[in-house]
Amino acid sequence: MSNLLFDEPGPRARRRIRIATVVGAVAVLALAALAVRQFAAAGQLTADRWAPYATWPMWRYLLNGLWATALAAVVSAALAMAAGLALALGRLSRRRWVRLPAAAYVEVVRTIPALLLVYVVLFALPRYGLDLPLFWKLVVPLAVSNAAAFAEIFRAGILSVERGQGEAGLAVGLTHGQTMRMIVLPQAARRVLPSIVSQSVGLLKDTSLGFVVSYAELLYSGKVLATYNGLLIQTYIVVALIYLAVNASLSKLARVLEARTPQVRVPRARRRRRSPVRA
Amino acid sequence: MSALLDHLPELWQGLIVTLQLTAASFAGAAVLGLVITAMRVSPVGVLRGIGTVYVETFQNLPLLVLLVLAVFGLPEIGLQADLLVTAVIVIAVYEAAYIAEALRSGVNAVSAGQGEAARALGLTFGQSLRHVVLPQALRTVIQPIGNVFIALTMNTSLAAAVGVVDLTAAANRVNLVEAQPIPIFVGAGLAYALIAACAGFVTGRLERRLAVAR
Repeated sequence: MSNLLFDEPGPRARRRIRIATVVGAVAVLALAALAVRQFAAAGQLTADRWAPYATWPMWRYLLNGLWATALAAVVSAALAMAAGLALALGRLSRRRWVRLPAAAYVEVVRTIPALLLVYVVLFALPRYGLDLPLFWKLVVPLAVSNAAAFAEIFRAGILSVERGQGEAGLAVGLTHGQTMRMIVLPQAARRVLPSIVSQSVGLLKDTSLGFVVSYAELLYSGKVLATYNGLLIQTYIVVALIYLAVNASLSKLARVLEARTPQVRVPRARRRRRSPVRA
Repeated sequence: MSALLDHLPELWQGLIVTLQLTAASFAGAAVLGLVITAMRVSPVGVLRGIGTVYVETFQNLPLLVLLVLAVFGLPEIGLQADLLVTAVIVIAVYEAAYIAEALRSGVNAVSAGQGEAARALGLTFGQSLRHVVLPQALRTVIQPIGNVFIALTMNTSLAAAVGVVDLTAAANRVNLVEAQPIPIFVGAGLAYALIAACAGFVTGRLERRLAVAR
């Protein structure tokens, strides 16, 4: 095994590794035991406090919440991606009056918390006669804030496509727009796919702001359920585990896609200039 | 505009809370993230596993779920702490996963020859990590860590959803009284943007000064 920090361990190192393994395992087990004891001492481990989670109605309720989460995530992701693509193309435009507003949007929105945007939609817009339906009170602020993030991903992807590709398109007589649409964007899309999936995990996590909006996604459903059955910690732990299962699968998908994405090559001219010694 | 000026003390107080949350949880996340990174690059399989599970878990859980679990759930098993302290701990634990990911990418960017040289000099794992690898790794990840810091600042606003009166909550409260959303929310938004801009400026300067030539 070639590694940055350690060689193939010798007998003494192997002994130390064994000791560290035991110590680490014991520490984790001790922590788990402590947690279990704390739960037991507070009477939270009794069967009747967990049994409800083995029943179908409870799961049906939470799965409804998960469905609402997915719906909000998919709609806001679609809106945010469309806006993000427009913003990315805007930032790369040759016209200043397109470039500057797009850049300003991305730079400003990136530094405003999503919750603040939610509050704006929730409490500020109704003052101006714009009282959105519940679903959109969650989706609009998420789309607004994530559009900036997607814009940066798309822009990086477009810039990673070699200049020569665009030049070749122009050389065979395509217009600027055709070159972008038929040559640059398809290549950029493949490269940004992993980042898009991980950003979507972030967006899915953001939908938990439904807790604030009272939109019945997963976390808010958990809140309602906990108020109803009084099983606070159990409910929130189950909710957390559902989020974990869904997001971990999506993150795994992002990694698989990343492994399959062709490595982005450094433009040849730059590489040659960088390593004159080896040439 | 007067709505903003009349309530400057409350908003200022909220800003102070946001800054406290940001500073304290970033400090905690940095220390914890460093420990997790050390575990993830160590030769001990169990520690590597713990580090990986930690990062995977906290990157895939919404911060708000963790905050709700800690603030409303933990008292159920007799663990109750001051609200602000709870929020700081939760945010630090959550962001440590992101710091650890950023740091690990930095460690991976250190060229193998550096590690080999350190070992050739007879440095132990801890010594080569401390004196050779981490200083270089830290320099390459200034920008990513800056991004984590900005995200952390934005994320502290979620504490408002569980009852911490930070800048976001203060802005909301003032708005409920004054019903002047535009100046108040724009003011709060600008304050966040200002924090982020400062962080961006500092990391930009640091990066230029500490850049590692490769």
